[in-house]
Amino acid sequence: MLEIRNLHATVDGKEIIKGLDLTIGAGEVHAIMGPNGTGKSTLSYVLAGRDGYEVTEGEILFQGENLLDLETDERACRGIFLAFQYPVEIPGVAGTTFLKTALNAVRKSRGEDDLDAMQFLKHVREKAKTLGVSDEMLRRPLNVGFSGGEKKRNEALQMAVLEPSFAILDETDSGLDIDALKVVADGVNAMRDPARSMLIITHYQRLLNYIEPDHVHVLVNGRIAKSGGKELAERLEEHGYAEFLDAEAA
Amino acid sequence: MAARKKIPLAFADAFSALETTLPGRSVPWLSRLRAESWDRYAALGLPTVRDESWKFTNLNSLRRAGIVPTPEGVPALDTVPLGAALSIDAHLAVLVNGVFRADLSSLPDAEAGLSVKGFAAVAEDDPDALEGSLGKIADRDALPMAALNTALAADGLVIHLRRGAEIEKPLHILSIGIAGETPVMFQPRVLVTAEENSSACILESHVGVGDGVYFSNAVTELDVAPRARVRHYKLQNEHPAAFHIAAAAVSLADGAAYESFVLQVGGRIARNEIQIHIGGEHAECTMNGAYLLRGKQHADSTTFVDHAVPNSTSREFYKGVIDDTARGVFQGKILVRKDAQKTDGQQLNKALLLSRGAEIDSKPELEIYADDVICSHGATAGELDNEALFYLRSRGIDEATARGLLIEAFVGEAVEQIGHAASQDAFQKVVDGWLRDGAQTRAKDGDSA
Repeated sequence: MLEIRNLHATVDGKEIIKGLDLTIGAGEVHAIMGPNGTGKSTLSYVLAGRDGYEVTEGEILFQGENLLDLETDERACRGIFLAFQYPVEIPGVAGTTFLKTALNAVRKSRGEDDLDAMQFLKHVREKAKTLGVSDEMLRRPLNVGFSGGEKKRNEALQMAVLEPSFAILDETDSGLDIDALKVVADGVNAMRDPARSMLIITHYQRLLNYIEPDHVHVLVNGRIAKSGGKELAERLEEHGYAEFLDAEAA
Repeated sequence: MAARKKIPLAFADAFSALETTLPGRSVPWLSRLRAESWDRYAALGLPTVRDESWKFTNLNSLRRAGIVPTPEGVPALDTVPLGAALSIDAHLAVLVNGVFRADLSSLPDAEAGLSVKGFAAVAEDDPDALEGSLGKIADRDALPMAALNTALAADGLVIHLRRGAEIEKPLHILSIGIAGETPVMFQPRVLVTAEENSSACILESHVGVGDGVYFSNAVTELDVAPRARVRHYKLQNEHPAAFHIAAAAVSLADGAAYESFVLQVGGRIARNEIQIHIGGEHAECTMNGAYLLRGKQHADSTTFVDHAVPNSTSREFYKGVIDDTARGVFQGKILVRKDAQKTDGQQLNKALLLSRGAEIDSKPELEIYADDVICSHGATAGELDNEALFYLRSRGIDEATARGLLIEAFVGEAVEQIGHAASQDAFQKVVDGWLRDGAQTRAKDGDSA
């Protein structure tokens, strides 16, 4: 599904990702853990194609295609979805308008017809109900005045509606109380599918109790320092990142 | 100090050429008013950037446009071009090059309390009816272009709202400019008198047809009596080669309410000036608007509110979107006189700049002589929010559509202030059209790049 080879990326001329290799197969859920400032969010922005995140070396193949040749919206239409750590508030754009525009853009790229207003609501309502997103919340300007939990549920709803083949969850548990975390995790787990892969980016192991990864990687100083199964996450929870930081310093 | 270089008077021969053709020329007070107004214009001259109120709007291209007062070969107009105008179910009064065209209009039945007549006809048949209103509100010292209009106005509309009449169906004034090879100027004059406790919604669309250069110098005077409520919405969507200078002068009596919305999207150089004199307590004045500019357009929105008595409020909210090398100007002044205690005046202009060459000049001004008032003003200018753009695009929305959504949301904040629902829809359609044109242009530019 996704293959990252020797990735180097800079932000404002400063190298943040320093030779990262990662392969994620179809249907797999990977977690990337690491201390703050090691490039976790940078990796998610590079995958989504944000301006200012420059790849200086290496390549990213997504379903065999060179991802770096594609614009942000083209990547989304190919099936890449980034659930933001800090979803953006957009005054004046109603949630429904936004979601319908996005869904029809993605459908168009898949060669599917536009959904009309009725079909769209039918498609969205059921998923919204599961995630506790009310009609009123949908009609409001996108994310404006939403609590942290509402924003994250809204991200999960967008993911459910757009049905991406590859989802990146960037610090999805930050700002969530335990109840909201369960709702969001249930939403994500319901989307696990042999044809859909996920990359979970998190500082804490807590989220991984709810969304169990197949593989765990430790990102330190822009590189994967260690890979393993979910037991690696538990070890980190107990011992912290010190051993990897020390190894890096040595 | 160096002597100011004498600039030849623009349209210097206009008055002598037109004076004897104007309606009601045998009426002494009217002839005198025209002559005095011309003298005033001649003394002040066509404004230049040295005039404080015009320092951001340069009329040199108008000065050099080769406009003659009595051009030959102006094309005839037999059908009403509605495409560029507001689309709304309303009574219709059509002006072609400032001349009222009853044959193209569909006017209300005066029995209901709203009467609409041609200015020229009233000046000929019933000139006394004009004496109390013509030139009474528009301040010709502050508005040299209004003085020019008063001197030369050959036609327009006289609108009268009877005491207590509440008119549901809006009145739509459609001003159409049309020119042949010779650039033409015209001076539409509209007088609105709203008697006590009346209410109405008056819309204006200013559009052009053909490719010729024309200059519309329009003046509207509105006299709003105690407790009358007037909604006054205007679309300036002139031909891209046109010049448009307009003034609305409004007088508000006790408890009167005036709500204005002005959308400027057309013209080469345009200025819309609103002057409000609040002479009655508990009067409310709302002035909102938007300007959407691209190419080399220049649009100026200038407003002045004079709070002369206590306990009145004014609200002003303008938003502008400026692309390419277009330039927007916003000048808003609130004057609170010594006696105008408990005045509540607020003003805000927000501009969105879509390209490096785009420019906004904002000049908010408060002049306050009373000590117990609440007044505020503000101005912002910025670009599209990159974070918001990235968020939208990360969901599959292409760049042009994402920009369109954000611009629409920005302008929407102004359009949604329009109090009359059907009018709000009509303006929204114009905004949508403007956004579509922009998206198409961008798509074309993208293809050729």
